[in-house]
Amino acid sequence: MTDARRAVGVIMRATFLAAVLGFFSLPLLWLASAPFDAHPTITASVPSLTLANFRSLLDNPYVLSSLRNSVIQAAASAALVVVLAALAAYALSRVRVPGRDALLYVLLLLSSVVTGTAAMVPLFELATRLNLIDTHLGVVLTLSGGLLPAAIFILKDFMDATPTSYEESARVFGASPLQILGHIVIPLVRPGLATIAVWAVANVWGSFLQPFILLRDPDKAPGSVILYTLYTEGGSPRLDLISTFSLLYSLPVVVMYVFVSRRYGFRFHGGIKR
Amino acid sequence: MISLRGLTKEFPGGVRAVDALDLDIGDGEFFALLGPSGCGKTTLLRTIAGLETPTSGTVAIGGADVTRLPPGRRDVAMVFQDYALFPHMDVTANIAYPLRIRKVPRARREEKAAETAARLSLTELLARRPGQLSGGQQQRVALARAIACHPKVFLFDEPLSNLDARLRLEARTFLKRLQRELAVTTVFVTHDQGEALALADRIAVMSAGRITQLGTPAEVFRRPATTFVAGFIGSTPMNLLPGTAEGGRLHVAGAVLPLPSEVPDGPVVYGLRPEYADLSPSPPPFGDGDAFSGKVAVVENLGTAHLVTLECGDHLVQAVAPEGEEPALGALAWVVPRPGRALIYRDDALLTAA
Repeated sequence: MTDARRAVGVIMRATFLAAVLGFFSLPLLWLASAPFDAHPTITASVPSLTLANFRSLLDNPYVLSSLRNSVIQAAASAALVVVLAALAAYALSRVRVPGRDALLYVLLLLSSVVTGTAAMVPLFELATRLNLIDTHLGVVLTLSGGLLPAAIFILKDFMDATPTSYEESARVFGASPLQILGHIVIPLVRPGLATIAVWAVANVWGSFLQPFILLRDPDKAPGSVILYTLYTEGGSPRLDLISTFSLLYSLPVVVMYVFVSRRYGFRFHGGIKR
Repeated sequence: MISLRGLTKEFPGGVRAVDALDLDIGDGEFFALLGPSGCGKTTLLRTIAGLETPTSGTVAIGGADVTRLPPGRRDVAMVFQDYALFPHMDVTANIAYPLRIRKVPRARREEKAAETAARLSLTELLARRPGQLSGGQQQRVALARAIACHPKVFLFDEPLSNLDARLRLEARTFLKRLQRELAVTTVFVTHDQGEALALADRIAVMSAGRITQLGTPAEVFRRPATTFVAGFIGSTPMNLLPGTAEGGRLHVAGAVLPLPSEVPDGPVVYGLRPEYADLSPSPPPFGDGDAFSGKVAVVENLGTAHLVTLECGDHLVQAVAPEGEEPALGALAWVVPRPGRALIYRDDALLTAA
């Protein structure tokens, strides 16, 4: 009796997991098959193999430049976020500021608003007055501003986990604050910095609204915005181009993730003692 | 060599970790700051290092006032309790780090690191990371790093407390020999009285941010200035019994003992180390009054001897019995103080020995 019940339980669990797995893997399957399909639809199917989609995608004059723009914006934002967040997190971790935690939480809370849809009008206004419309810098600053609070929050955790006696030891030997940062702190929190860099790149790579609104010139638009232009004159999506471009567009992030994960391993020091 | 004058360190919130402290530490001296946790000894060490800024008072090293100098310009080297070896650098890089800060060329500093490592028998470990070393090896690397920069003063924060018990004794002997050879002024902090007695040339016993007693290990052990020091120093706690002086006799825990004539009548505290008392199964011949008598309540094996606790009325009196002469539990026994070894305190100050 109990054996039968256990068997039913196992079957139910397996069925449920299979359904969940299918739900998540079907879009990925589509992404893998549609680009090589001569006539892709919105369903995943065994493709009639062709590489023609890639050729017609490259005929679009903005595709390659958009990938370059994405790289510029993502790399610049990641660099800015890592440098500023590391400095801020180090200071916040080591110096006692009254109301430090409250400040961090408020920043974290606001950050989702700042780059969100709600703040788009003031951001646009600000960018216009600062002559940052239609510049990479405008996009980079806006996106970095939104990412910084969370980045500071995560990095502060890494910094808190590094004992201060390392730094005090270096100080007694006469190291300057910048030497301490370069010789001791940065090497110790390198996994944290790698995490933040990857996370920032992935975020900027996938952001659409900010570059869409802040950039007019299609020559400066990143991939996420160009993807939005791959429609026919009639307004129906060019599934062949969209799927192909989606594949091309997602590959760099996947490769970067695998590389960094291999190299540093994503280690969050937070709650768990290793 | 190191002179502290009126040194006070008050933390935000009003805690006085170091309280108007004056201290002179001589050239080449091995000096211990001893006290229970929270007595301010680590804060004092960190203030000498420059990691804490004193609220008032001055710190002078080698005759120069360094109170306002940052730690790196005081020419001191500090070994931290957790050693603070940089985990991402190998042993060579760790030992050479102070020289790297001083912009010594790489080849020269690696040579110097290898030299220092050889002296502390670390040569085989030069390419390892701190994570691959045992506790004792890590401690030696931390010492090597401190030695490599040839400081005027060594500061050790609980240098032996992270080692396990057996290793600690080896490391203690090693540390004492090393300090003799280098003859560099060394200040170390410890809460372990045995460590302080064994290592130091002089000990400062601290409590509540002040020095309670300053002296050689023999002085501090034989004549503790207060009952606090008396209770703190010694591997077995000293018997501290309330008593009354009356007409040249001392009444304490049911015994009447002779008293030097200079002690005026009144309440006193009678201190006797268990090691300075003899245990006897029969009353001493010269009269019942000259010994503590009571029932054996506890017998603790100390290896080469036994620590015996007697119930003498309301008080417990401890004495050390030699191997093989320990009394049975519940038996009657007498504790006879050795003449001149007991200490008489009044108002928490040492009056005399009895």
